[in-house]
Parts: sequence; C-alpha cells; structure tokens
Amino acid sequence: MREFGYQRAVDVSGAVALLDADPDARFLGGGTNLVDLMKTGVERPARLVDVTALPLDRIEPADGGGLRIGATVTNSDLAAHPEIRRRYPALTQAVLAGASGQLRNMATVGGNLLQRTRCGYFTDVTQPCNKRTPGSGCPAVGGEHHNHAILGASGHCVAVHPSDMGVALTAFDAVVSYETADGPGELPLADLYLPVGDTPHRETALPPGALITGVTLPPVPVAAHSRYRKVRERASYAFAIGSVAAALDVQDGVVRDVRLACGAVASRPWRARTAERVLTSAPADAAAFAAAADAELAAARPLPRNGYKVTLMRNLMVAVLSELAGVAKEAAR
Amino acid sequence: MATSSSLSPSPSPTHSTITLNINGEKHTLPVDHRTTLLDALRERLELTGTKKGCDQGQCGACTVLLDGRRAVSCLQLAVAAEGREITTVEGVAEGERLHPVQQAFLDLDGYQCGYCTPGQICSAVAVIEEHAAGWPSAVTDDVRPEAGPPPLTADEIRERMSGNLCRCGAYVSIVQAVARAAATRAGEGDDSAESAEAAA
Repeated sequence: MREFGYQRAVDVSGAVALLDADPDARFLGGGTNLVDLMKTGVERPARLVDVTALPLDRIEPADGGGLRIGATVTNSDLAAHPEIRRRYPALTQAVLAGASGQLRNMATVGGNLLQRTRCGYFTDVTQPCNKRTPGSGCPAVGGEHHNHAILGASGHCVAVHPSDMGVALTAFDAVVSYETADGPGELPLADLYLPVGDTPHRETALPPGALITGVTLPPVPVAAHSRYRKVRERASYAFAIGSVAAALDVQDGVVRDVRLACGAVASRPWRARTAERVLTSAPADAAAFAAAADAELAAARPLPRNGYKVTLMRNLMVAVLSELAGVAKEAAR
Repeated sequence: MATSSSLSPSPSPTHSTITLNINGEKHTLPVDHRTTLLDALRERLELTGTKKGCDQGQCGACTVLLDGRRAVSCLQLAVAAEGREITTVEGVAEGERLHPVQQAFLDLDGYQCGYCTPGQICSAVAVIEEHAAGWPSAVTDDVRPEAGPPPLTADEIRERMSGNLCRCGAYVSIVQAVARAAATRAGEGDDSAESAEAAA
C-alpha cells in the first residue's frame, strides 16, 4: 500500500478545502471499500480526509415532508430508523440485504453511493480494465461476465454497480446533496451516475472534489407499500445477481402508482421507467406485470454468458409486484 | 491524529502517534497510517485474541466492538479508530466471569478449531444487543416498527451471524449458543430464543 497522510475533518468546508487542495486525496468514510481497494493497489491516495466525524450523521424531516439522510449515517442506523422502516420499508430491506452486520455498522450512506464495482478485472491490478486504466481494454466482454450488465453497458465496460441501498433510493426519487469549494449543489440520484459510453472511468456527475453531504427522500406515499428482493448465489452476505425495489398502489384492481428499480443489471441502479409507464393505470395482475417487465427488458443486451439475467429479472419483477398486489404470479406463465 | 478545518493542508506526514482506548485501557503508540486496527492489536499491542482471516472484510474473524458495535478490524485504520471505545474478545468477560456468550459457546461446543471463535463471540455479543434494540434483519418478514421486534429464531440468528464464516462448519452449535446467550440476557422465560435453540 502506498504511504498516505491522514487528517480528520471537523467541518464540511474544511473537508472540502483539504480535498480541493490535493487531487491525490480521497475522503474516507467507513473505509469498507476504499481501504480494501488500497490494500490491493486499485486505489493509491496520497492523503485521506476522514469525514466520519462531520456533523452529517442525522436523519431529519426535510422541507416538503420527506426525510434528509446525512452522508455519514451508517447503513445500520439507516436501516433501523423507525421513519425509514415505516415510510420506505424497501429501503430498510435493501440496506439489510447488503454486506454483513459488521460492515453495515461501518459503511456510510455517502460511501455506499460511491462504492466501486466488484468486477473481478477492476479489482485485479494485473488485468486490463478501462475503468481503472482508461484505454487498456475490457477483458470482461469476452471473459468472466456471468454477473455483469445486461442494460446500459458499452463495449468499453460491462461492470455493474453493487449497491442495494442505491436501488431503493433510486426507486424513491432520492436527491443527492453535495458541497464543493465553490459551494453546495444537488443532483437527482438518477443523474448521479454517468452513462458508460467510452468513458467508464468517469463514474459520476459530481464536480471534482465534491463531498456528498446527504440524500433527501421526497415524500412518496406509495413507498409505504414497498418491497426489496435480492437474488444471490448464496442465502446471505453476497452481492446481488439481480434485485428489485418496488412500490405499488392498487385501487379497484388498477395500478394507481408504481415505482420500480433494478439492481446488479447496469453500471448504476436502474430505474425501470418503461415498465412504470406500461403499468400505470393497467390492471394489477400478473399478465400486466409480465408485460411491463418485458417492455423494460426489451432494451437488454445480454452478453454470451449472462442471458439468464434477463429471465431472472423478468421473473423477479413479476414476483415482487405480484406479492405487493396480493395476486398469484403463476398466472403469468 | 491530525485534525483540520483550516485551508492549510501542509505536507501530510505518513505516521502519527495515536492513543487507542482498548478494553478500558489507553494505549499510546506511533503508527504508520497504513496500519489497520487488526494489525495494531495483534502486532503492536500483543492482543492476539483477535484473528486475521481474509484481511479483506469477508470472513469476520477479526470482529471487534467499536463503541459497542461490531466491526471488522481489518478494514478499520488504526489512526481512524482514535477516540473510539474498542472492545476485543479479551475484554468481553467481567473479570473472571465469562460473558454469557462465551459460556454458551463453551457449554454447547460452538467451535471446532477455534480460529473464528473470537470473531464469532464478539459478533454474537453485538447481535444480541442489536436484536434487543429492535433492529430487523434481512429475513425479518415485516420491518415496520409497528410489527414489533422479530422473534430471534434460528433463521434470524443465521442471517445476523452471516458475516462470520466458520470453515469447520460448527454453525449448528454456534446458532444454539447464540440462542442460549440471548435467552440468558432476556431472562430464562424468553420462549422465542429458547425455541430457536431447540430448532437449531
């Protein structure tokens, strides 16, 4: 590991100033991803600015009736918060589906959003990787990609974003707040992650040196009836091979409101807006759910060895929506 | 530790002298910033109860408590742990009296080779507190606070302990030990935890 300087920031402006002055510096949150990547040489910062002591560890009511979640709130505290559990239960379920109890106690909301892909080529510095070393190539396209993207990828990178939390936050229209040396800013979470294109090393739309200070959830009444379901290769403590966050409001057998997002299918949490459009005002039955899932997945471009994900995601969307609607999913078959 | 809110990021040294609060005792030591809490405990302070398994946050052998919450010490930089209350497996007993989790692991053979055991014990101590605080888990059917705390079934224990791997596969008795310790904490009349032990 490269030697590095360490400073603990006590206020947001100080933290941002320290990073602004040193392009080789990184913010340190829980460290569950960054420290790991430093050990393997993927990350080689010259300085760490520890932001865990900043006063950003609260979950508070936001203007307009939503909730503002501070960037250093731990995954554990987010998942356990009564208002999150009551108003956005799929968010609690998503957070609890990720990592282990130990890691959730350490990891922060801001860090979760900025965690890096677990693509095995990205994390192995002996391999080419366009995300880590621009222009070096993407071995995953013709190699091990059974858990790589089926949506929104490019020939330059097919890695997926590993966050569970981000999938639920995306479904509920979360907005990211950040601070820079030039002042504060906001980005809808849906716009935080840049399209892959031919620049997979450019991952977010945050200005250089920006510190995420919080995430605001707007009031989303339908979110009170929501569900996160995650499929993985073992029962617990593994990254998703596919996941769905969904919220559904059905009245008189008709879909009045729906939110749907998918995880482990793209370089970012994937909001399924096409499926949402198909479903709005549609009958709340398994046939309609299947038609909506198929419409969303019409854009899928699976790789030779991950075509199973298209079927998996279709069935997963149908299953979760059917569960929320209280109807049998078997009718779709 | 360097604390800064100023605009003057002077050339940053790569070492600091830090004071760690471990099991109620203060230890002052110079560290290279690259030192993890795990390595500081084992290599510098001779607190070798905490074990190094994967060193990547994947196995849980290095689990300690930070301010009462479990964490993997292999991904925790020592310099960033200054100011935290650190509890290792050496510190969970009360003097000569074993923690109920330790006693339950002994009584129910919650181990085989023993290498993962300190991490399992530290994790279990925290799991029981998390459950008592009403935290749901990934297998909790209804996470809404109105649903009340989930019974600590064998499934709940397995999920909550899933960050601690045991290559000997002593999981059956580990689950029983956690259930018994939880029942001890709750008072012997806690049917749910006892039934978890029976079910495991």
